[in-house]
This record gives sequence, C-alpha cells and structure tokens, in this order.
Amino acid sequence: MSVYINKDTKVLVQGITGSTALFHTKQMLEYGTKIVAGVTPGKGGTEAEGVPVFNTVEDAVKATGANVSVIYVPAPFAADAILEAVDADLDMAICITEHIPVLDMVKVKRYMEGKKTRLVGPNCPGVITPDECKIGIMPGYIHKKGHVGVVSRSGTLTYEATHQLSEEGIGQSTAVGIGGDPVNGTNFIDVLKEFNEDEDTYAVVMIGEIGGTAEEEAAAWIKANMTKPVVGFIGGQTAPEGKRMGHAGAIISGGKGTAADKIKAMNEAGIEVADTPSVIGETLIKVIREKGLYDKCKTH
Amino acid sequence: MNIHEYQGKQILKQYGVAVPEGYVAFSPEEAVKAAKELGTDVVVVKAQIHAGGRGKAGGVKLAKNLDEVRTYAKELLGKVLVTHQTGPEGKEVKRLYIEAGSDIQKEYYLGLVLDRETSRVTLMGSEEGGMDIEEVAANTPERLFYEEIDPVVGLTGFQARRMAFNMNIPAKLVNKAAKLMLGLYQAYVDKDAAIVEINPLVVTGDGQVVALDAKFNFDANSLYRHQDIMEMRDYDEEDPKEIEASKYDLSYVSLDGNIGCMVNGAGLAMATMDTINYYGGTPANFLDVGGGATAEKVTEAFKIILSDKNVKGIFVNIFGGIMKCDIIAEGVIQAAKEVSLEVPLVVRLEGTNVDLGKKLLNESGLNIIAAGTMADGAKQIVELVG
Repeated sequence: MSVYINKDTKVLVQGITGSTALFHTKQMLEYGTKIVAGVTPGKGGTEAEGVPVFNTVEDAVKATGANVSVIYVPAPFAADAILEAVDADLDMAICITEHIPVLDMVKVKRYMEGKKTRLVGPNCPGVITPDECKIGIMPGYIHKKGHVGVVSRSGTLTYEATHQLSEEGIGQSTAVGIGGDPVNGTNFIDVLKEFNEDEDTYAVVMIGEIGGTAEEEAAAWIKANMTKPVVGFIGGQTAPEGKRMGHAGAIISGGKGTAADKIKAMNEAGIEVADTPSVIGETLIKVIREKGLYDKCKTH
Repeated sequence: MNIHEYQGKQILKQYGVAVPEGYVAFSPEEAVKAAKELGTDVVVVKAQIHAGGRGKAGGVKLAKNLDEVRTYAKELLGKVLVTHQTGPEGKEVKRLYIEAGSDIQKEYYLGLVLDRETSRVTLMGSEEGGMDIEEVAANTPERLFYEEIDPVVGLTGFQARRMAFNMNIPAKLVNKAAKLMLGLYQAYVDKDAAIVEINPLVVTGDGQVVALDAKFNFDANSLYRHQDIMEMRDYDEEDPKEIEASKYDLSYVSLDGNIGCMVNGAGLAMATMDTINYYGGTPANFLDVGGGATAEKVTEAFKIILSDKNVKGIFVNIFGGIMKCDIIAEGVIQAAKEVSLEVPLVVRLEGTNVDLGKKLLNESGLNIIAAGTMADGAKQIVELVG
C-alpha cells in the first residue's frame, strides 16, 4: 500500500511539449510511471515521448481514463491549468510550476472548494511511491520501496532525507512534496492523515521550514491523532526576519513563522526534531528502534 | 518588492483613497519649491526609505516655514536612518516627500494581508493607529479586527462598514472610511500586492478620512504583469549583490557572516546555513542556484559570493538529483580559475554522477576540499575559516 498514487495511477502531463516537461516525462516513463496522455492546447493529435497529446484535459480524460495530472505549465498560465484539471474531476493534480502569482492561487483555492480534485503543490517536487509511480521531478534512484512516509515543503531537503533512509536500508511508502508556496493545495495534516491510515506506513518524516504556521498546526494534530512515530526537521533557523529565503512561503514576518517556534511546537507534540539535515535518517532510525519498529521498516 | 511611501500614495490616489497633497524631492531646493507649491501653514518633510519606524528614528519633521523646510531637508538628505526595520547599519535617505500637514483628530490602523491559514486576503483594522501593529496583536488582540475576503465577490460594503464601526470611526464618517477600504482592496488586487498597510489612517478636523502613510509590498511572482510597479523599483534600496544575483535567476540573500554558501534548492540552502551555524560558523549568504544550474550560473554565483568582502571561505553543497554532479564540478572548477580563488573551498557533492564529479575536482589541481556529508563539509569550512 501507499498513499495518493500507485502502480495503477494513470497520469496525464499538462504542458507536455515544453522542454522541462518532455525531459521529466521521459524520466517518469523510464521509472515505470503509467503516463497515458499529455495536454498542450493546439498540439492535439500529435505525440510526445510516445504519449498521445490532446488539446484539452477533458479530451484526454475521455480518451484515456487518466486520473492524476502533473502540471509543468509556465507560471503565468499554471493557475488556469490547475482549474482545468479540477474541472475535469481528476482525483489529483500535482503542480510542479514555481512562481505562480499568489492571488491566482487564492482564486484557485476558492474554485476548488467542494470539488473532487486534490491539489499537491504548486512549487513542489511531486509525489513518489517507490517502484510503482513517480510523478514530478525527483530523482527516482534515491528512493527505495518501504514503510516510512515522507512529507516536506522542500525538494532538495526531501532528497537529502530520503537518500539517507535508503542508504540505511529504510525504504519509503510514499514521499509527498507539498511545496514552498504560501498558498498550496495539500498541507502537512492532509498527508499525515493519509499516512496514519495507511497500513503500510509505520513511521513518518516531516520536513518543514520557516514561514506560516503549518508546522505548528500539524504538531497539534499529531499530538491529538497520530498513532505512528514522527520525526522532523525545520529549515531556516538562521534566516533573518523579513527576507524571503528562496521559497515564496519561507519568510518570517512580524516575528511569526520562526524555526524556533516550530521546533518547540513539534517537541511539545512528542516529535523528535533533527539538529541538522545530515542526521534526519539517524534520528528516524533511533526513534523506530525505540518503538520496536526497526525490523519492520528495514527493507532488505 | 517594496516601494516608497510617495509611490504608494500615487497608487492610492488612482483608487479614490484620500491622501494629503505632496511632492517628492531629491534636494533641499526641490523641497522648498514643493513646500511653496503646497502653500500650507505646515508641511511635513518625510524621509523616503523602504522601512517602517521612520518617525521614531527622526525621519519625519514638521516645518512651519520655508526656512525650516530647507533646514530639515538638508539635515535628512544623506542621513543614515536606523529604525527597527533597517537593521543596525541603517539606510541612507536619498529622497524626501514634502507633504501638506494634516489636522489629525485621531489615528487608526488599516492593513491588507494574505492569511496563509485560510488562503484568503484579510482586511485588518484597529483604532490603535500609529503603533507597531504586531504589538497591538500581541498585547491587545481584542482591539484588532479582521474581515476575511472571498475572492469571488471581493471586499463587500457591509464588511467594510462593519470594520469601520469596529474601529470606532465616528458614525458620520463610516461611509467615507468604508469607501476608502473598498478602494484599498481594489488596489491590492489590481496591483498584486502582498501587503498594504495604512498606518496611520486618520480622521481630520474637517471630517476627512485620509491615508497618512502607505506601505506597499508586492508579490514578486506577479511583477511580470505590472510594468508600472516595476518602474517604481528603487535599486538604491536593495543590496547590490541581490540585484546582481537576480539578473542570473539566482536566489540570493545577503547575511552578516563570513562563510559563503552555494547550494541547490531553497530548503537545502537554508539548512546549509543552519548547519554552518550549528558547528559554530556564520553564513555570509543564502544562495540557491536552482535546479537547472549551468557552469555559467555557477561562475556568476561564485563572483557574487566573493564580491562580499567578509567572505573568508566557501561551502558548496549540492544534492544533484536531476542536476548532475559533474556539471556542477565543471562549473566550480571554471569559476575557481576565473576568479582566482584565494579563500578555502569545501565542496560536498551527492547524487547523480557523484563519482565523476569528485574525480573532476580531484584532478583539477585546485585546492578544493571534498566533504563526504553536509555536516562534514560544514564542520570543515568552519574550522578552515577559524
């Protein structure tokens, strides 16, 4: 088992004919992801990397039964691409695109209320269920099939953590990048709920960063509901106030959103927080040993 | 991106928000000319810098005649103002705003921000005007009011009136205040602002509701569709290294320390700073070279890091996922040669083609220290810098 995506997920690539999308479509196909369709308005009827291209998401879904979309559409048009995926009633839309205007996302979130589609991202590396389905831009080879769920606001930090786990023989059930933007589709709690209910996930790594209060809310939820051990890391302990640290959402403003507050909230919820990213793997292993879960998590 | 108060007021005017009359001035002569033009008994000489707390720092002066205008203008232009938002180094005043004095009866606070929890724009208001709003939120939260705005209908009339009543604006001025709020919201949405603050909003003796200050911060992701806002950018207010970095699509933030960092990915870049700090060092910068870094980008990144005279060592930390380690290694070698690197350089490479990348670094003949892990690299550079 896994969360959100698996070997049966039928993937549609929005903006498939762009150079980044083509590159990653190839990578995803090589990994074994079932990509059934691509969409680029005006390129309907052609093929990209052997995948049939359609003019609209609706056409693509009708013809192929795609249920999850991944979006590589440039920022000025990405919000519209998300709306199109939602309109087509897809199960999920994973938006990789960075730099989408914030107020566009405010409208998107409003439009999505009451609709079926789950949005992951934007400005995220995507979602991967190792050995089954890779959707996004993460390097496939650092992942290993297993039982630790990973959820993170940062791409490269997720790779760092996942790589450490895989090297130690600790595989992952699913890794979800929720993205670095202030307005996103899926938050920590959404993913934690899934991991909590997933029979095949025994422990979770949660990687946050400065800005907003999503980690504090997640910590409170974990304290009240989570039955599985969670370890964490928070990036940006040395970040100055009022400066955006690369991600649009990574900013301390009005004294809010500091790493210290987040770490405190997480510690209070019983989450062990790694001092440096280099020991995220070690920290998880220590905790799962204490809980007697190490042998179950170790993949051979 | 931030703009100056006078620029913010130009925008507000377009949206029917009442602001005092005023002119920007770059010299004492222009300041006097502006004051003559205004012809009011009292004019306010206001330092224009991208930071709040100007009043307390002595950046706002009341002048009762033209001589005073000249004196204050001379005093302020070229002065370095230190406010709670500028940092200890302060900011040099290069522009003034000469504004007609207002007969202030009472000061209020009004702001529009994005609430990340609800993903909605939120109107904030309080009768505690002219104060640091974070303090109001912390000490007297019951005096700060919120209206969550549905993007479909925008700020509604009843919400604006409710806010005005909550703020204790005199009943006969509530409609004027509400109209101002609607204009403010429209400006926020039309210009893709991230934060708009009017602190203080004032009620005047002649029954006007006036924006006495205007602070605008814009969503950087939306600037491509706002040429008018882009033209308001004041490069003097920004760190030259940050401006240079933005030309090459590098995400760079200048810090106070002495260890330069070059990293791929924002999260990893922040965590690299933290790790340097954890081992007793101080980072000189945040720098994310991005996912698609080329040798050229890496070279430019090096140049920018080294243009900071505080830098005593560099730590390159790359997790090559999609980005290949050999490409990074080539970039590092090329850059080190081009800039004739004289400070210690520690490189940690991990990911795709890592062995090839390490081999290239070893064979380069350059004095590059290879690190096994991020922690190891941070430890080494901290020791080398001392």
